[in-house]
Amino acid sequence: MPDSPATSRALVSALAEGDVLEVELSGTWLITEPRPSWDEVRGALNPARVKLAVDGVEKWDSSLLLFLFGVQQWCRATGAYCDADSLPEKIRTLLAQLSVSHETSVPFDRTENFLVTVGLATMDVLHKAREISRFVGECTLSAVRFMSVPHRFRWRDCFLEMQQCGAMALPIVGLISFLVGVTLAYTGAIVLRQYGGDIFVADLIGLAMVREMGALMTGVVLAGRTGAAFAATLGNMKANEEIDALETLGIPAVSFLVLPRLLALGVMMPLLALYSNALGILGGMAVSKGLLSISPTAYFVEMQTIVSLPDIMVGLIKSVCFGLIVGLAGCLRGLQAERSAVGVGRAATSAVVTAILFIIVADAIFAVVFNIIGL
Amino acid sequence: MSTPVPPEPTPAIDVRGLSCGYDGRVVLKDITFSVRSGEIFFVIGGSGCGKSTLLRNLIGISTPLAGDVRFFGQPVSEHDAAARRALLKTFGVLYQSGALWSSLTLRQNVALPLEEYTSLSQPEILEIVALKLAQVGLTGFEDYYPSEISGGMKKRAGLARALALDPAIVFLDEPSAGLDPITSRRLDELVLQIREMFGTTIAVVSHELASIFSIADRVIMLDRGEKGIIASGDPKDLARGHRDPRVVEFLNRGDLPPQ
Repeated sequence: MPDSPATSRALVSALAEGDVLEVELSGTWLITEPRPSWDEVRGALNPARVKLAVDGVEKWDSSLLLFLFGVQQWCRATGAYCDADSLPEKIRTLLAQLSVSHETSVPFDRTENFLVTVGLATMDVLHKAREISRFVGECTLSAVRFMSVPHRFRWRDCFLEMQQCGAMALPIVGLISFLVGVTLAYTGAIVLRQYGGDIFVADLIGLAMVREMGALMTGVVLAGRTGAAFAATLGNMKANEEIDALETLGIPAVSFLVLPRLLALGVMMPLLALYSNALGILGGMAVSKGLLSISPTAYFVEMQTIVSLPDIMVGLIKSVCFGLIVGLAGCLRGLQAERSAVGVGRAATSAVVTAILFIIVADAIFAVVFNIIGL
Repeated sequence: MSTPVPPEPTPAIDVRGLSCGYDGRVVLKDITFSVRSGEIFFVIGGSGCGKSTLLRNLIGISTPLAGDVRFFGQPVSEHDAAARRALLKTFGVLYQSGALWSSLTLRQNVALPLEEYTSLSQPEILEIVALKLAQVGLTGFEDYYPSEISGGMKKRAGLARALALDPAIVFLDEPSAGLDPITSRRLDELVLQIREMFGTTIAVVSHELASIFSIADRVIMLDRGEKGIIASGDPKDLARGHRDPRVVEFLNRGDLPPQ
């Protein structure tokens, strides 16, 4: 062990006398510095007895132990006698510990049989499905309970979350929606110009934004922005035992932490979706004016011929559902997070993936259902 | 003719006029002390007195407001990258929570400093890791992740990681906090063993009286009001009769000895 920076390097001298190789170590042996290898020292010699001495060693640490242990291992393998009697007691004790740890440190095999892995994965999927159902049920019951005692609801937290997931998300939702409108207009123009139907770009964008893209893009943006934040916050709270503290006070985490977030998203999502619709239509209008020379008035009038109130309602219904999906995924993954930094990271990732997956699934279901009921 | 006086050996840790704090708030003001090589040195004091702040400034995580910290004469506030890297090899730190990297197994946690700072082969690194984990009583847990072991085991694994490079100085931040008395005592014995085997200088931030009285060679006591050191010396001597009642009270668990 050094008590100051090293001044000399690790040295070994070997003197062969008959079958005996006398190995004398000297200098400074530090693990962070280079050291000679036993194979180099031994060369072509195959002594029957190796006598070790460390009298000339000034400072040492595990580097010296590694060298001596290497000599001992070689002796064991070749049947040579290793004479370590002249080594200090401390070094012999540590060598004995190293020898024991060498024997007892066995790698822990984490590999599983293929069938076992498939079985465990299946059980995991079933377990997760059950947990999602339970969580949704718990949230529903909690929400019903609060309807009878609304003054006990954490309105303050809810308004703060509304600000976070609503007002603070306006710039990113606005930018993305505007660009989606621009992209749709360019794509639509390619086909519609061929048939002289430039003006119908307004119909395409209006309908696409109001029925689909507004709610969908807002949902995706909030999944990445708000869902991940919910998961990270709740995951961190779990790691810090804050959730346990709530539970031991008899306050369910769902009532205290989840419902305010769900309500905030449920309220803000439709507003953000309307805002997204407007910005998307604006983006399409800008391209129509620049690329297709359609005046904004003509664009707006044409759009009104196809976009009706039920279309707007379809988008709003979807947005509320997507908002709840983002909130539920974020909060569920946060509450399920492992109590570690990696666990929190995984929870955030999982929240985003879960939310986007369920948003797409829900969107497909909405498409079928609205088609059946004629909306 | 008088016998020449041998030169004073360079202290392992030398702190001169150190002031530290956060956001312009001074927590400790103008403190000076040194720790001899091979000494087990405790920094004690009540909650909020600046023990952890002092530790953060000693190991270079926080920048002092004023003053100088040196390890074996080398300034900790070294800006040259190569010198800074050389300095980092001279000390190891056990953080209060163990601070193990959660994505790595215990074996990988302890191996990382060796991979970063030495040219050892992988089998050699594994030998050292096995030895270090065996020394802290974690043989058989090499491939466990931190989330799979208890708090006491995390601390011991953190200690094995702090010792991986056989540093000349080891800092321990509240090593006994949250441990049962037996584990705590074993940790104390381990600290003594490390000093005995390697002559390591050990600086401990703690207010665990059992540890202080059983292993400390010397303590300094910090006080929040004074923003500095109010006592320094052998803990048993301080407990018996220091002139400052705060010191005596602290070391006697709140009981002042009869006058």
